[in-house]
Amino acid sequence: MELPLPDPAILDRKAAIVARLRAALPGGVVLDRPEETRAYECDALSAYRCAPLAVALPTSTDEVAAILRVCSDEGVNVVPRGSGTSLAGGAMPTADSVVVGVARMNRVLEIDTDNRFVRVETGRTNLSVTGAVEDLGFFYAPDPSSQLACAIAGNVAMNSGGAHCLKYGVTTNNLLGATLVLMDGTVVELGGPHLDPAGLDLLSIVCGSEGQLGIVTEAVLRILPKPEGARPVLIAFDSSETAGACVSDIIRAGVLPVAIEFMDRPCIRATDAFSGAGYPDCEALLIVEVEGSEAEIDAQLGRIEQIARRLDPVEIRRARDADEAARIWLGRKAAFGAMGNISDYMCLDGTIPVSELPTMLRRIEQMSAGYGLKVANVFHAGDGNMHPLILFDANKPGDLEKCEALGADILRLCVEVGGCLTGEHGVGIEKRDLMPTQFTPADIEAQMRVKDVFDPGWLLNAAKVFPLASSAGRRGAGA
Amino acid sequence: MIAPSDEIQLADAVAQATGALRIVGGDTRKPGRPVQGTTLTTRAMSGVTLYEPGALTMVARAGTPVDEIAALLAAEGQMLPFEPMDHRGLSGTSGTPTIGGMVAANVSGPRRIQSGACRDFLLGVRFVDGRGDALSNGGRVMKNVTGYDLARLLAGSHGTLGVLSEVSFKLLPAPEMQAMLLADIDDEPRAIAALGAALGSAFEVTAAARAATAPGGRAAVALRLEGFADSVRYRAGRLQEVLAPFGDWQLVDDQPAVAGHWRAVRDVAVFHGQTGDVWRFSVRPGDGAKLARRIRGVSAAADIAHDWGGGLVWARVPEGTDLFGCVQGGHARLVRADAATRDRLGCFQPEAPAVAALSDALRRQFDPRGILNPGLMS
Repeated sequence: MELPLPDPAILDRKAAIVARLRAALPGGVVLDRPEETRAYECDALSAYRCAPLAVALPTSTDEVAAILRVCSDEGVNVVPRGSGTSLAGGAMPTADSVVVGVARMNRVLEIDTDNRFVRVETGRTNLSVTGAVEDLGFFYAPDPSSQLACAIAGNVAMNSGGAHCLKYGVTTNNLLGATLVLMDGTVVELGGPHLDPAGLDLLSIVCGSEGQLGIVTEAVLRILPKPEGARPVLIAFDSSETAGACVSDIIRAGVLPVAIEFMDRPCIRATDAFSGAGYPDCEALLIVEVEGSEAEIDAQLGRIEQIARRLDPVEIRRARDADEAARIWLGRKAAFGAMGNISDYMCLDGTIPVSELPTMLRRIEQMSAGYGLKVANVFHAGDGNMHPLILFDANKPGDLEKCEALGADILRLCVEVGGCLTGEHGVGIEKRDLMPTQFTPADIEAQMRVKDVFDPGWLLNAAKVFPLASSAGRRGAGA
Repeated sequence: MIAPSDEIQLADAVAQATGALRIVGGDTRKPGRPVQGTTLTTRAMSGVTLYEPGALTMVARAGTPVDEIAALLAAEGQMLPFEPMDHRGLSGTSGTPTIGGMVAANVSGPRRIQSGACRDFLLGVRFVDGRGDALSNGGRVMKNVTGYDLARLLAGSHGTLGVLSEVSFKLLPAPEMQAMLLADIDDEPRAIAALGAALGSAFEVTAAARAATAPGGRAAVALRLEGFADSVRYRAGRLQEVLAPFGDWQLVDDQPAVAGHWRAVRDVAVFHGQTGDVWRFSVRPGDGAKLARRIRGVSAAADIAHDWGGGLVWARVPEGTDLFGCVQGGHARLVRADAATRDRLGCFQPEAPAVAALSDALRRQFDPRGILNPGLMS
């Protein structure tokens, strides 16, 4: 992966830039010793790392504004960071950049159950938003796998999803308002507890802009009343294609599960060995979860099982209580850890039309054989968001490159069948150079024109999202 | 009038325009400051190009009539999840609402409070910007974070950033059954509190309004429940218990009656054929009653209806009344008035200077010549 060379003029001025930042901020906010900045050299795309010029950990919106004013004035690149769990390199620094991490800003500012929203500082973790309201009978719906660690700031930047999107949508559908600090230090309030914008929907363009338009320091999030209960059924099939057909049949029948998760044999084997979930021996399994009262859950699961039976499943296992539900989810929730236990892997994130699932799985199998790298599939089947895991050996020279090439081929195929490069992880540096497979040069130009408005100097996370060649004329010397 | 029949003709028409264009779909709304210019309609670009019921997705050309799409989806037991309003009765117009016009105005109905707005179900768009470039953003899949979300930015931009040529949507299964609970709660703040309590319950209320369904009618507090029949009955029973402190809740499960009630709420039937200007407010739902009091402070005779649990407030007041000052959080929009009033007051709530500056700059990027519905949102 190509990374832009740092601007030597900025590196030379490091001491002066750090001094200016320190002068503008309280003690302890700015870190610049190598042992302090090392923790910020990468995110969860850990194959790529680079220590930044400095790290700033502000505690308020005003401090974020002060940092950005200094950086803007000095022409220094800024890389915003939530918890650093990006799988796409969204928080990966360059050597000439200042990382601005919002982790210390994690307060709940307002809880309003009458109007069903919370206002939080964006360093707060996803799961702890629900934690703040669950005693009141509410929850925050988007639930990325990293929800224990990932911050709302990163969720907003990447428009994160999760397993329950089929019913509840992704971050953009649950974000009502944001406090945005622009690169020049201007603080802008977008949206709020009301339900639609006064003019242009700027919040919608900020959400998912990967930290390129500003730093979101506070968010107004929609919270939902907790359903009375939820339980899954596990349905095992002897072919991936039949499992794919079952997903489509369930949706057509008018049932709307909160989640439909899919795992194939390689993934089932690995997770079962790792977690002891006791999954059936089969080619593919679905975990379908529904919500409501006990009677409502049983009625919906009954409908789903009736649909599945027509497809001759290997096994149907309905959770009768919370313990059984937890057992069914155990393997799925351990899937990534389990795969990590047996091999290095790269996790892809393309989305395809649900109808293309069988074709896609077949083609991935062929490509996997062609490259001689194993691929395990685990994904959110209800919304077509696939997470093929490509297994490789990081210690074997050339294996990472081969893995990346296979990954790129799979993502190109996602676009070819009518889908997209990334469903919830974001483009970051990882998929930046694949953007032209999905967009024309004019489409990319139109998106870059939006960045021109919010960050005319192209200092914010500038070497991300767009192919370096496309953004070269806009970025400064370093980014 | 220009009526391109495909995206290539549309791109040519915009590229070759020498002056302002008044962009319309079915022309069933008068959405802002009057635009002087050549009318460009998208209605000749019509037809559903893809519909996959098993994937809950649909793609249609911008000029496709909303009714045609609704009928197509209904035949498969599916629906547009946000219940788009039909503006004809309120605006006294006679055109045919189009799917593109619906997106351009982010038109959503009663179900918005629970399931989301038009923009929430929008998966992708094709459009022509003010330079005449045909552009694409988003796609036809439910989860897509590839690049910036221009599709949602276009939703509600009223043609000022580009002219839509194609839109794609996530759909939902239509409910097997609809029912509603009705209560007579005279006190407005108490009625709004009841709506909030219902929406804050676990029983999945899909609409919560306090509105009369015909001119001069009495405002009923109404909650809608949808789904499989057993589930609807169960939830209705639980809600009757939980909400008993607010009053007696009568269950109505006659399907045409329920559908008719919510169509009337959706289209603000209480104001149809009535004189005066109509304002629409979007506020924190719990503020709905306080806002109503402020509106009556300006115009004692105001006729007011609440939807979205109190978050959507409709007000009918004498012509020329300025209600922008009533807003304390949220915003107002003038949705029906004569051209002179719309020109004098503007129809959109003025925004904070920094927000307005960003919006103006975005419009200059997408429409550097300022020819797409110029001034409409000002």
